[in-house]
Amino acid sequence: MSPREIFALRDRLGPVTGRTISDPRHIVALSALAMQSCLGGRGSELAGRSVLLATSGQLLAGLAMIEIDGVARRMLLCPPDLKDDHLASIVGDAGIDAVVTDQPERFGNLDGDLLFPVALPQPVENRVQSARATEWLMLTSGTSGVPKIVGHTLEGLCGAIVGDSPAPGAAIPVWATFYDIRRYGGLQIFLRAMVGGGTMVLSDPGEALADHVSRLKARGVTHMSGTPSHWRKLLMSGAASGFAPRYVRLSGEIADQAVLDGLSHAFPVASIGHAYASTEAGVGFAVNDGKEGFPAALLGQAGAVDMKVVDGSLRIRSKRAAHAYVGRNAAALTDDNGFVDTGDMVELRGDRYYFVGRRNGIINVGGLKVHPEEIESVINSHPDVRMSRAKSRRSPITGGIVVADVVLAEGSDVARGDAIRNEILGECRAKLATHKVPAMIRFVAALDVTAAGKLARADA
Amino acid sequence: MSVRLRIIAAIKQIAEEQKVTLPPLTDDLSLHETGFDSLAFAILVARLEDDLGTDPFTLSEDAAFPHTIGDFIRAYENVPA
Repeated sequence: MSPREIFALRDRLGPVTGRTISDPRHIVALSALAMQSCLGGRGSELAGRSVLLATSGQLLAGLAMIEIDGVARRMLLCPPDLKDDHLASIVGDAGIDAVVTDQPERFGNLDGDLLFPVALPQPVENRVQSARATEWLMLTSGTSGVPKIVGHTLEGLCGAIVGDSPAPGAAIPVWATFYDIRRYGGLQIFLRAMVGGGTMVLSDPGEALADHVSRLKARGVTHMSGTPSHWRKLLMSGAASGFAPRYVRLSGEIADQAVLDGLSHAFPVASIGHAYASTEAGVGFAVNDGKEGFPAALLGQAGAVDMKVVDGSLRIRSKRAAHAYVGRNAAALTDDNGFVDTGDMVELRGDRYYFVGRRNGIINVGGLKVHPEEIESVINSHPDVRMSRAKSRRSPITGGIVVADVVLAEGSDVARGDAIRNEILGECRAKLATHKVPAMIRFVAALDVTAAGKLARADA
Repeated sequence: MSVRLRIIAAIKQIAEEQKVTLPPLTDDLSLHETGFDSLAFAILVARLEDDLGTDPFTLSEDAAFPHTIGDFIRAYENVPA
């Protein structure tokens, strides 16, 4: 153990007066946490243990993170959509020997003294002290197979959070995110709120979008993040009017020019930017010039984050990156030089790099490779389109062809459907190679978004 | 519209989109001579599947891909509805 002082999340909250964490049902004051426990005062029993944090909602998860960090050896954040089939292997791989949960029935086959019930905070005599740097474990949001376990430290997770604390006397920033805070993108926002002197307004999957936005307005949210799919849904709903965050961030998917422009139109006074981050590579960089892609000058710069492009994919070496995959058969997270291969493919045009898609999302059209995202970016540039998904359709001749599902923008004239379709196809033919032009365009009312906030691409 | 006419219309539509100049579409014209590449045929088969509800080339694994326009149309006409 290093002799330097341990700073856990509880020690980094700063002044707590007037700050809260809330969900649709409860508001918890941070000032009360010093005398309260959501673990019934049993936090000290978690000392040195490997804890699975599996709560039904985000509020208890966030409160428990503050209480467990600095006490447990490890804390694995269990996302809401984790399948029970995957639970057993994850528990084994992470060496879990304590489960903090409000769903004991889910862990019925576990020894009773491994279970720690979690509930809204209650007053207790003694609060535990920070004694060690807890390892934070998160799960990747891959769509197939058992999620990978990724190991972080609080220091690495907070590495991109600098100078965000409000000046004394300044208004408290109110943070919100469409993400779940048990995923990397959401956890970043939760930590920004906690470490950066803010208040946190949590999302809830059971809440209708219009109700969520009313709550964001009522709680005075100033800073908000989500995926481009989250934001497109908000723009489409028409519920955004009257909501005026001053800081809008996109991450987790490619932010194309259409969604950036749509947001700057909807939130004219907000700072709108997109960030590149992944569970494995951590926060890479932020782009705040309102344009899609990122300046090529970011590559090869000395600093906390070192980036390069090899075989078309972005590679990142960073102190904010995870330190390892955890588990019995865990693969190496980085190459020999410490770079994480993000699997995100980029293309240099002029002095900017543009994201073109995921390496494993490629559609094969008669041997020619197509990234669905590059087609969607062209389709989304049509003013009547809110979002789209390009995908492969099986073909007996070429193996696959490209087809697209399109959601029209709110207020678009449905009677103009054929004309809009022809305009979109004209644009695709002008900008894309022939095999990338959708053979068919279908208008749909909505597109599925995964629990992680990304456009669902599972079927193809 | 008959199956034949719908197929001809679909071929003409794709030719226009792909900037292909079609020769007269007679039954004995070989598919190669239409100027369509495999992508154009793939699009044609997919659109006809949506329009006519069938894809004769996926349904029967042993069916050889037709050589002429006439063969191609008959592949659709011979599918039991």
